[in-house]
Amino acid sequence: MKINRPQTLVSIILVIVCLFPLILSPFYLILSTEIFLIAIFALSFNLLFGYTGLLSFGQGAYFATGAYVCAYLLKKSLPFIGAIIISIIIAFLVAAIFGYFSVRLNKIYFAMLTLALGMMVYTLIFQGRELTGGSDGITGIKITQIGIAGLNFDWQNFTHYYYLSLLVFLLSTYSIWRITHSPFGELLQASRENSQRLIFTGVNIRQLHWLAFTIAGVFAGLAGALWSPFQRVANPEIAHWTFSAMPVLMTILGGYRRFAGPIVGASLFLLLEHFVKANQRYFWQWLASLPILPAHLATRQLDLWNMGLGLLLIILILGFKEGILASFTKLSKIFSKN
Amino acid sequence: MTPDTLIIIFLNGLVNGMLLFLIAAGLTLIFGVMGILNFAHGSFYMLGAYLTFALVVQGKLPLIFALIFAPIIVALVGGIIEVLCLRRIYQQDVSFQLLLTFAFGLIINDFVRLIWGSAPLTIPTPQLWRASIEILERTYPVYNLLIILIAPIVGISLWLLLTRTRFGKIIRASAQNRIMAGALGINVPRLFTVVFMLGTWLGGVAGVLAAPLRTINPALAEQVIIDSFIVSVIGGLGSLPGSLIGALMLGQINAFGILIAPRAQVAFPFILMAITLLIRPRGLFGKIQD
Repeated sequence: MKINRPQTLVSIILVIVCLFPLILSPFYLILSTEIFLIAIFALSFNLLFGYTGLLSFGQGAYFATGAYVCAYLLKKSLPFIGAIIISIIIAFLVAAIFGYFSVRLNKIYFAMLTLALGMMVYTLIFQGRELTGGSDGITGIKITQIGIAGLNFDWQNFTHYYYLSLLVFLLSTYSIWRITHSPFGELLQASRENSQRLIFTGVNIRQLHWLAFTIAGVFAGLAGALWSPFQRVANPEIAHWTFSAMPVLMTILGGYRRFAGPIVGASLFLLLEHFVKANQRYFWQWLASLPILPAHLATRQLDLWNMGLGLLLIILILGFKEGILASFTKLSKIFSKN
Repeated sequence: MTPDTLIIIFLNGLVNGMLLFLIAAGLTLIFGVMGILNFAHGSFYMLGAYLTFALVVQGKLPLIFALIFAPIIVALVGGIIEVLCLRRIYQQDVSFQLLLTFAFGLIINDFVRLIWGSAPLTIPTPQLWRASIEILERTYPVYNLLIILIAPIVGISLWLLLTRTRFGKIIRASAQNRIMAGALGINVPRLFTVVFMLGTWLGGVAGVLAAPLRTINPALAEQVIIDSFIVSVIGGLGSLPGSLIGALMLGQINAFGILIAPRAQVAFPFILMAITLLIRPRGLFGKIQD
């Protein structure tokens, strides 16, 4: 029982998740679909951060590339499958180019550069009105053909898209699992621990990191390519650093040293976001009812999401930087001793 | 393209360059001494601008007042952050230090939205400096020239502080080898707090000076942080003269870039950064990275 616990737990979760469309309302199906796609995004980030030790603030650039290319191609009536494949290829190219410059630097410069490149993509999206729709983004995305004959996939049906995202999520998770638990993955972790020693053994760290960077970009692009048809729109915000900060926070929340950390973090984060946004009205009303604060606060529609993110991040870093999963393991160890 | 237009463009580039220099100087000082890249630096700049708005427009105080007190308030905020939070994670991986400053940036960004709203604000140029000077048949605001004057004075004062005073020597010693400096009796944690406050003070000064020139909005921080990063890369992180040269270069590139290729202009700073990273990753004056 103890040896198999993680596997049985995962299997149970998997079965429940496959049955979600039968029990959940459309709203929660949509939320779950978003969780799957963002979890892929977060996993791609953690490939760089948790395994390789490279903190990238600009993963949104590749997510946005995938999203915009897919959206653009779909508006040109390309079949869905073709659009996804081309989006991934272009995300791959962008990640390869950006990665080439980024991996030559130490951690601090790397973080700086990835942030700058991400914001460059954001600015370029704004500038390229004809292609990208500027600040409006690409709206009214429709999938006209799927590209696989005989496939009864109705992209507007939330259940169908849910299963598509689930499938892509499982395939991506499996791929990233295989990558991180391969000799390549071991090398990545070694480069995180002691890169100088690794260089002494003859490994070309730059190429190693470049490859990891590109792989991360590919998965981010895949998540993005599925994201924009789902949202019916591709907007510039997904290239902004605040969006790129999401996988960072999710990974630290869930645990950056665990494979499943980003997944847990993504789920928790999006659920929390939904909860906060649904109830923030009550929060403002409560605030306004306090004697010292002015009553007009009740009508404030301000969304202090960034502040909440920042505070959460600070609490995590100062106290729980190993993340939720690690706290769970510690708790379960305490209980299993008794 | 008449010569006087070119001069105006050059002067505008100079003004922006000088403001960028002040911001980058703070960034590079914090990095050079503490090894922390302050991702929240743009937010401190923005805080300085908003405080100027509060003092000048809401408080009806003269701009000089804001120039003296707003950066001090910004520095105090920086000091509190450093003492309460940054100090605890010096031993940890540099990634977490970056993340912590990033988190503070997020908080400050929303904080200004909370207090002053999301709508853009403007500060009228102070009465005293509303005059313009004639330059070759064109008029140019005196206020802008004032910035071109003040910024180098601040820069030179900083340089003198670092090189000619004992305090500066202590700072440079701690930058070189903080453990040894501590062994010699220097209170390194307290010094770090002071340096962080000095760095954020510089950002605040830039914010105050820039406030009458720009529209004050919550996106101010992100506009400036990328440019200051690029300046630091070009000039070399940790080098004060480097940040001056880098900032002046970037100011002119942005000013004349719009002239040459308006659509591609946004990419110019990034291209320059990419070239620097390819040819000389440590920047013009930077130390060799490990």
